[in-house]
Amino acid sequence: MGAGRLYAAVAAGGFRRYATYRAATAAGVFANTVFGLILVHTYLALWDERPQLGGYDQAQAVTYVWLGQALLAAAAIGGGGFEDELMERIRTGDVAIDLYRPADLQLWWLAADLGRAAFQLLGRGVVPFAFGALFFDVELPSRPGVWAAFLVAVVLGMVVSFGIRYLVALSAFWLIDGTGVAQMAWLAGFFCSGMLLPLNVFPGGLGEAVRALPWSSLLQAPADVLLGKADALGTFAFQAAWAVALLAAGRLVQSAATRRVVVQGG
Amino acid sequence: MDSAGDSAFGDGAFIEVDRVEKVFDVRRKTGFLKRERRQVRAVDSISFTVPRGEMVGYIGPNGAGKSTTIKMLTGILTPSGGRLRVAGIDPSRERSRLAHRIGVVFGQRTTLWWDLPLIDSYRLTHRMYRIPDARYRANLDRCVELLELGALLDVPVRQLSLGQRMRGDIAAALLHDPEVLYLDEPTIGLDVVSKARVRAFLRDLNAERGTTVLLTTHDLQDIEQLCSRVMVIDQGRLMYDGPLAGLHEAGESERTLVVDLERELPPIDAPAPARVVRVEGPRQWLAFPAAQSAAPLVARIAAEYPLVDLSVREPDIEAVIAKMYEERATA
Repeated sequence: MGAGRLYAAVAAGGFRRYATYRAATAAGVFANTVFGLILVHTYLALWDERPQLGGYDQAQAVTYVWLGQALLAAAAIGGGGFEDELMERIRTGDVAIDLYRPADLQLWWLAADLGRAAFQLLGRGVVPFAFGALFFDVELPSRPGVWAAFLVAVVLGMVVSFGIRYLVALSAFWLIDGTGVAQMAWLAGFFCSGMLLPLNVFPGGLGEAVRALPWSSLLQAPADVLLGKADALGTFAFQAAWAVALLAAGRLVQSAATRRVVVQGG
Repeated sequence: MDSAGDSAFGDGAFIEVDRVEKVFDVRRKTGFLKRERRQVRAVDSISFTVPRGEMVGYIGPNGAGKSTTIKMLTGILTPSGGRLRVAGIDPSRERSRLAHRIGVVFGQRTTLWWDLPLIDSYRLTHRMYRIPDARYRANLDRCVELLELGALLDVPVRQLSLGQRMRGDIAAALLHDPEVLYLDEPTIGLDVVSKARVRAFLRDLNAERGTTVLLTTHDLQDIEQLCSRVMVIDQGRLMYDGPLAGLHEAGESERTLVVDLERELPPIDAPAPARVVRVEGPRQWLAFPAAQSAAPLVARIAAEYPLVDLSVREPDIEAVIAKMYEERATA
């Protein structure tokens, strides 16, 4: 009970922190819209040549692009979530403050990051998506149940995304400067989430592999639920399994890190 | 009562540190692939106890082991050896339980939420420590009044000045009524007015609430104005534990009287043990024992010399410790 209220307060704080930077949000909306336009035209050219590529028709492919732009910031596919801050806190030693609080480090940052994600879904996701739906031929479900299932998949994707980035951030305990790891994670996230091309497009073993990796939970899985290409419950199970595995791994690494912790600085 | 039930130090010992050590493994690159492992003793067999309600200064030069000790007392570092109890709790084993009973202020770091108004951090503290609503409101009102935070509550923390932020941090550490407060350099970087305000608040807190305070600082004035007892640590070892006056004796520390005369004169003939240590034009520097009053010396100079101006300089911690070393080396 009490703990629930604490993490709700942390999440609310995460939401409001990002809400204070209006210029950054506006710039992000603009960037997502432009990026979406470029991708849409690329996809249209591609699907002109190869209709039904990856099992999507043109309208579905266009919908996929705008979904990607809506989720890019929220699911922190290109990074930009709590992990930069946590790494910086580990590097400077400020993490000492997080550690002596009577709160769980992982839950704290999970709550803060979900608050951020909720803001970015609303603040940065809705406008580019509406823009795409308005000016392009998209395919959207009419049944509210599908939208609800899509939202569940989005939230699960956010938790999986957190799980990956938490591991990336904790690497800073050993590496001091986690920039290299963060860049690799960014690259993997961009490609393996299906941000560049839907993962359905990749043939054979490569396709199987990327679809089984956790990153597919971030974009491919919610998109397939919305487009009616995947069974909702099976998708949830896949995402939840990754979420649990990654959070458990995060806990293990966290306890190893805090046991050997050399809190930087005097 | 849950205080020091298993204490070996008798009743009233609120903080017990018994032969505590902290050894860090440091790996250093010595060649292309060769690494040398070296052990650094940040804290080397330190023992002390602090009774409930005492205000203790914990001083020493940079890297002496002060912050390491504080981190062990909060539970975020585990001692490599020895025994440590705060309110009868082993900090590193029961960090969360202890957290409800201690408050911590790191002068160079902030617990406040950078982008959000000050009040948001306090609301979060309210939830984090599960403070009953009435008590939270009473404590917040009190801190806001005494630390003059009223106008700052709705200001984002990033816009606060250092002094304002420090007062904000001190309030955040006290909302849950901690029995002990660790202050790590609480006046670092503050101007004179802000320092005075922080010190006055801490003095009242200790007097009215009986909060035990452990204070690390570089500023001897913090200690002089707040602490009846001081512990000096250097290179991980406790060098001195006692009243501040005794520290001056132990270190035979000296204050400096800077005298500006009307004109250049030969060195002032001062009564021993005071003596002139430097002359530069009309300005002369006299050293005299820190434990001794400056008044007779000043009176005598004023009576016998054409005095224009004077000032007294307190010894700093580094000088006192350096003196202590000299003492030991020659003893």
